[in-house]
Amino acid sequence: MIHSLFLINTSGDLFLEKHWKSVISRSVCDYFFEAREKAVEPDNVPPVIPTPHHYLITIYREKIFFVSVIQTEVPPLFVIEFLHRVAETFQDYFGECSETTIKDNVVIVYELLEEMLDNGFPLATESNILKELIRPPTILRSMVNTITGSSNVGETLPTGQLSSIPWRRAGVKYTNNEAYFDVVEEIDAILDKSGTTVFAEIQGVIDACVKLSGMPDLTLSFMNPRLLDDVSFHPCVRYKRWESERVISFIPPDGNFQLMSYHISAQNLVAIPIYVKQNISFFETGSSGRLDITVGPKQTMGKTVECLVVTIHMPKVVLSANLNATQGTYNYDPVTKILLWDIGKLNPQKLPNLKGSLSLLSGAPKPEENPSLNIDLKIQQLAISGLKVNRLDMYGEKYKPFKGVKYVTKAGKFQVRT
Amino acid sequence: MSASSAFIDEKGGSASEPEYGHDPASGGIFSSDYKRHDDLKEMLDSNKDSLKLEAMKRIVAMIARGKNASDLFPAVVKNVACKNIEVKKLVYVYLVRYAEEQQDLALLSISTFQRGLKDPNQLIRASALRVLSSIRVTIIVPIMMLAIKEAASDMSPYVRKTAAHAIPKLHSLDPDQKDQLIEVIEKLLADKTTLVAGSVVMAFEEVCPDRIDLIHKNYRKLCNLLIDVEEWGQVVIINMLTRYARTQFLNPNINESLLEENSEKAFYASDDEEEEDKKDEVAPLAKRKPYVMDPDHRLLLRNTKPLLQSRNAAVVMAVAQLYFHLAPKAEVGIIAKALVRLMRSHSEVQYVVLQNVATMSIKRRGMFEPYLKSFYIRSTDPTQIKILKLEVLTNLANETNISTILREFQTYIKSMDKDFVAASIQAIGRCATNIGEVRDTCLNGLVQLLSNRDELVVAESVVVIKKLLQMQPEQHSDIIKHMAKLIDNIQVPMARASILWLIGEYCEHVPKIAPDVLRNMAKTFTNEEDIVKLQIINLAAKLYLTNSKQTKLLTQYVLNLAKYDQNYDIRDRARFIRQLIVPTDKSGALSKYAKKLFLALKPAPVLESTFKDRDHFQLGSLSHLLNAKAGGYQELPDWPESAPDPSVRNVEVKDSIPDWSKCTSRKDRKEKKAEKPFYSDSDGESGPTESADSESDSGSGSESASASDESGSGSESGEETESEEEEEDEEEEKKKKRKKHLDKTKAKKPVEESTESEQSSGSEERKRGRKAVKNQKSASESESESESSESGDESEDESEEESESDTDIRKKKTPVSKQPPKQSKKESKKETQEMSLLDLDDFEPAPASAPVTPVNFMSSSLVSDLEGLSLTDTILAPTTITPSGSIKMYELLHRITGEGLAVEYCFSRQPFSPDPNMVAVQIQFTNNTNSETKNLHIEEPRLQCGMRIREFAEIDVLSAGESVTVVMGIDFCDSTQAANFQLCTHTRKFFASIQPPVGELMTPVFLTENDFKKEQGKLMGMNEISEKLTLGEKCVNEHVIVERVTATANLSRVPCGSDKECRFAGKTVSSGCLVLVTVSTKEGGRAQLTVNCEKMLIGTMLVKDIMQALSQ
Repeated sequence: MIHSLFLINTSGDLFLEKHWKSVISRSVCDYFFEAREKAVEPDNVPPVIPTPHHYLITIYREKIFFVSVIQTEVPPLFVIEFLHRVAETFQDYFGECSETTIKDNVVIVYELLEEMLDNGFPLATESNILKELIRPPTILRSMVNTITGSSNVGETLPTGQLSSIPWRRAGVKYTNNEAYFDVVEEIDAILDKSGTTVFAEIQGVIDACVKLSGMPDLTLSFMNPRLLDDVSFHPCVRYKRWESERVISFIPPDGNFQLMSYHISAQNLVAIPIYVKQNISFFETGSSGRLDITVGPKQTMGKTVECLVVTIHMPKVVLSANLNATQGTYNYDPVTKILLWDIGKLNPQKLPNLKGSLSLLSGAPKPEENPSLNIDLKIQQLAISGLKVNRLDMYGEKYKPFKGVKYVTKAGKFQVRT
Repeated sequence: MSASSAFIDEKGGSASEPEYGHDPASGGIFSSDYKRHDDLKEMLDSNKDSLKLEAMKRIVAMIARGKNASDLFPAVVKNVACKNIEVKKLVYVYLVRYAEEQQDLALLSISTFQRGLKDPNQLIRASALRVLSSIRVTIIVPIMMLAIKEAASDMSPYVRKTAAHAIPKLHSLDPDQKDQLIEVIEKLLADKTTLVAGSVVMAFEEVCPDRIDLIHKNYRKLCNLLIDVEEWGQVVIINMLTRYARTQFLNPNINESLLEENSEKAFYASDDEEEEDKKDEVAPLAKRKPYVMDPDHRLLLRNTKPLLQSRNAAVVMAVAQLYFHLAPKAEVGIIAKALVRLMRSHSEVQYVVLQNVATMSIKRRGMFEPYLKSFYIRSTDPTQIKILKLEVLTNLANETNISTILREFQTYIKSMDKDFVAASIQAIGRCATNIGEVRDTCLNGLVQLLSNRDELVVAESVVVIKKLLQMQPEQHSDIIKHMAKLIDNIQVPMARASILWLIGEYCEHVPKIAPDVLRNMAKTFTNEEDIVKLQIINLAAKLYLTNSKQTKLLTQYVLNLAKYDQNYDIRDRARFIRQLIVPTDKSGALSKYAKKLFLALKPAPVLESTFKDRDHFQLGSLSHLLNAKAGGYQELPDWPESAPDPSVRNVEVKDSIPDWSKCTSRKDRKEKKAEKPFYSDSDGESGPTESADSESDSGSGSESASASDESGSGSESGEETESEEEEEDEEEEKKKKRKKHLDKTKAKKPVEESTESEQSSGSEERKRGRKAVKNQKSASESESESESSESGDESEDESEEESESDTDIRKKKTPVSKQPPKQSKKESKKETQEMSLLDLDDFEPAPASAPVTPVNFMSSSLVSDLEGLSLTDTILAPTTITPSGSIKMYELLHRITGEGLAVEYCFSRQPFSPDPNMVAVQIQFTNNTNSETKNLHIEEPRLQCGMRIREFAEIDVLSAGESVTVVMGIDFCDSTQAANFQLCTHTRKFFASIQPPVGELMTPVFLTENDFKKEQGKLMGMNEISEKLTLGEKCVNEHVIVERVTATANLSRVPCGSDKECRFAGKTVSSGCLVLVTVSTKEGGRAQLTVNCEKMLIGTMLVKDIMQALSQ
């Protein structure tokens, strides 16, 4: 299915190639470069590029293009999903997925790619299995390796691959048995000029960090499972139990993983934690404009809004900004035309305000449109949807694990139109 | 290049430029390419693993960067047998990369892999096969073929998976091997493990996607395994099954499509027109015969549905396309939610999903309407996503939501992204054409845009306005005038051309302006773009025809300019037009019609989505995305007009058993040993998780036992297939009646009738009788040769799943014994079909052939009974072995209290495959009402401590008058406490409770006489309960006793030397405690019953039950 993979950075250097079938010349990437040129923004490179003999399926992640070459019909999502899985595996192994880390760990990367695909068909993509096959590098281990000359390749053969629960490796042992769950909710919203909600929904995920010995069988239940509109699960979750009892029953993989993601749709009323009063205007004459933004708390459920950041993509004609922020700092990048106002914690007594003038390119016509505001925020210890974990039970093992649940609300794609 | 700062790390911070190699041995730095490789060779030749590793790492880094390292081949290949695993792995990487270029040298490594193929460790075998098959050297094709064949019957499922992976590799290397490879694929398709399923279907898709016939037998299994297959395999299987279902089942929307056609015509693809005739024919037919979905079709839909919740976008998309292509219209809606969820994913995923949503939203608009707002556009979306969202929004627009959508569009027009603005304007145009009410509003809005400062926006608006005006030009001459004024300012060629065309087309509405425009254009003609020039000529021609007085000279001038244009198209057009419009003596008849030609009424353009008709490509495929057939794309077939024979999917056992027909009943153990490889095969299938418990080597279908062990997490394969088949059984019977296979039915009838009457008279309960008859039918069908592939095989297949309970089999025996001549005729045939019921290890050779025939009908639990039979005597007619009591049905819900829903249950005595610690309870629902009952499921089980229930899958619909049988598992914890629960339908809830007789809490165990004595010895004292009793009148001989005991409790006979004693063994289902029963007969109808069991309560109750049974 997947013939070859090329990794290309934003400046167009091809820094890694891997072939699973016969070798395909890297000149095939010329078609990609052509499309890349045409697209201007890296986001706009079409994911699928047909060439006379091959098809290129591309993803763009962490400033790297993963360009895969295929020759015959294959569901494009299959390839895209796999490439993302590769990127996630790198992230998992090296802490981040960047050109430098990939180059630094080129041998491990190559070994991973070798194990993940066989003849272009995915073989082992579960991180638990891969980690048994190829140990992730740590500072300590690379030191030890240098001294003793031992290797990163697992000596034991991975048994997980053979079992009926391939996501969990066998023989896990911890002295401290702990299971942590993070309920992370993101608010996706579009607010219009007047502040009314055009569209809002909540996207939630439950990230788990499970370090439990043996083969624990966990059951996670919610106080209000009916809230969840649409869910998707890690393969370990027993779907039938969810259907019948609305509990999440699973034998967890070892380590960090995403247990489930859910969706609370616009139909339910979504609480919007802040409001924004803004006024951005450009004058007909004098090539200047005015900007005045105030942010205030709305439905925060008594919690503090933190890490508040307002990002504005200014029109191209805006040369500079001369503003005054009552709280936080602002920064205008005249190259990317991005105005970034980092507010920090939102104080309900003294609302932060950003005010001042914008200077435009002289002679240029006034911009047609007003830029929209993208908001970033974080509220600790709150799941904005009201979702609550009821309890976590463990079966199958005798010890008593340490359990913990954390809630965080963030802004997802939160946009205010002006 | 920083490419290998890797080595700084690896070598603990050596400062040298790694590119040029830093030889730790010598410390020298070599700069030339040639020497650098020398240095690597030296390291590879050393006998230190660490040096070799270092060298290999550098070589792999070179490969990764695309540098040529092929000249190191000889040095590397030597290390293929290196002990160090990492070195070995890296050598493999190298080998696979360069073997193709260095074929001869690559052969050196082959023997290492061949050795690896024989390794006792399955992982090493697998990896050897993997590398061997990845070496693309034609010479080793025969070796690869052999290795694949061998691996395909390996014990380990992991090795078999690797074999499946190797198949496409070999096929691409040498397509001539196709036939042999198909054989291997066929074999692997029959594999029952989830590990293999995905990979073999992938091989199937690459090698022989057209051999749909190979799928028939495996269809149900694949459906049932699907949920446990790894995600990538799921995608491949679902896509393949979609195609399969399109060839095998009827269009579920066949009736609705007729109704739809009128109301939704606009959204129908043009090919519907062609189909219309066909549908008209079908329509009356369909009315007479309401569409009934094939249970296999339903099975597929049901088993794929949970996968919509997968985290893998590809799986979700695969299910979505399956539903889109296969599900009844009413059910397709469920995929919308999942697809909308995917929109939160990475932008590439969004891109693909939106493409598919765009196609779906044309055909099934209602599906996505509730999610309209999810397609709203954010300024941060990439342009390509924005444009696709716009497409979807436009497709979803209708009278009710158009105002919201237009308001949304208004904000889009102000965007900075000009491409997106242009697309938005086009979208507005499309909304205006599709929805008449908003046409004027849209047009006014677009006219306002004409004064926009951005030229692109104006140009796009002009183009769209042109199309809109074409629909009703009379009312809008002022707009045309406005546009005529614009032509001086607009530079975009397409827009200029559009305006010119408009003026030309409607020059009658603007008689004063038109000639003036032409005059202006004639001035700039030479500087215009080609499309504009063509339109100028056009305009000139039209004006000449309508207003020749004013424009004659101008037209001449323009045509003269065009005559000397650089572009041949324009010269050509000019010449053509001149001939047409300017009357000369030579001009032909055409010029008379020039006006008609040029100023004919043109139909208004239909602005339609580019995604229209794309659904003839399978959704989710690459071809669909590109709207062009990609290489290797398999066309999605049209629905068949009449369903092909569904019985092809019935699983036959005999396929997998070689040459059993030859084996006579006299065969001795040695022969059986010779056949062992086959059995070890099936043992292997069970994989490493299989526990070697006593059951599996004594149980009949070791295959299915292993399968259930394997996929314990949830493939209720055995049960589900069974119930499906039962449904189908009925279905088939119906169909047969319909089709009037008179000859066959006639032939069967007398037989059936006779047996029926006898059976019903012999049995106490009417119900029991009915059930028996049903079974008999299938048995007798299997006898009539012509039918053997239909329901006959079904029953076999059930028994193959180890599921056929002993009593069922006894029932089958009845007709046989009653029709001795027939039986003997078909003997050999039956043998071949049913032989697999037996496990050879427990099959004692029978001295005479006559009593052996029934043996073939028996499940494992009866084997020992028969051994007893053959050992003692043959005088007894087989009839006597048949217990009069078939499976006893208990009532769970009377049809009156259940308001027409009658529910019965029985203990099928089959192992419950999802959980071996559960008792299988077979539940039969009969809907006696006139309306269908929906969503039958279980709720709120109230259980005693420790008891567990595994519910059956919810029954979606039970139509009027139909029955459905399902199997659920209950762990009674070895107690006779009732399990209480609520039985729910879509309207009502009923309280129900199942209480097991003690005899059903156990499952047969096979023990030899010695084992029995040994175990009995351990269970003395308190654990032994002994009672004296007087046998009932009918208990005249041993066989009646055997039958009575086995009917009371689910035990198996233990062989015994003495004819005065009968021994039985079993174990409790939940805790696995042994239950041993001994009945020793004495003179004068007296007997002694002894039960040894660790669980005294069970023992006591069992004694009571058996006593009662025997003393009757």
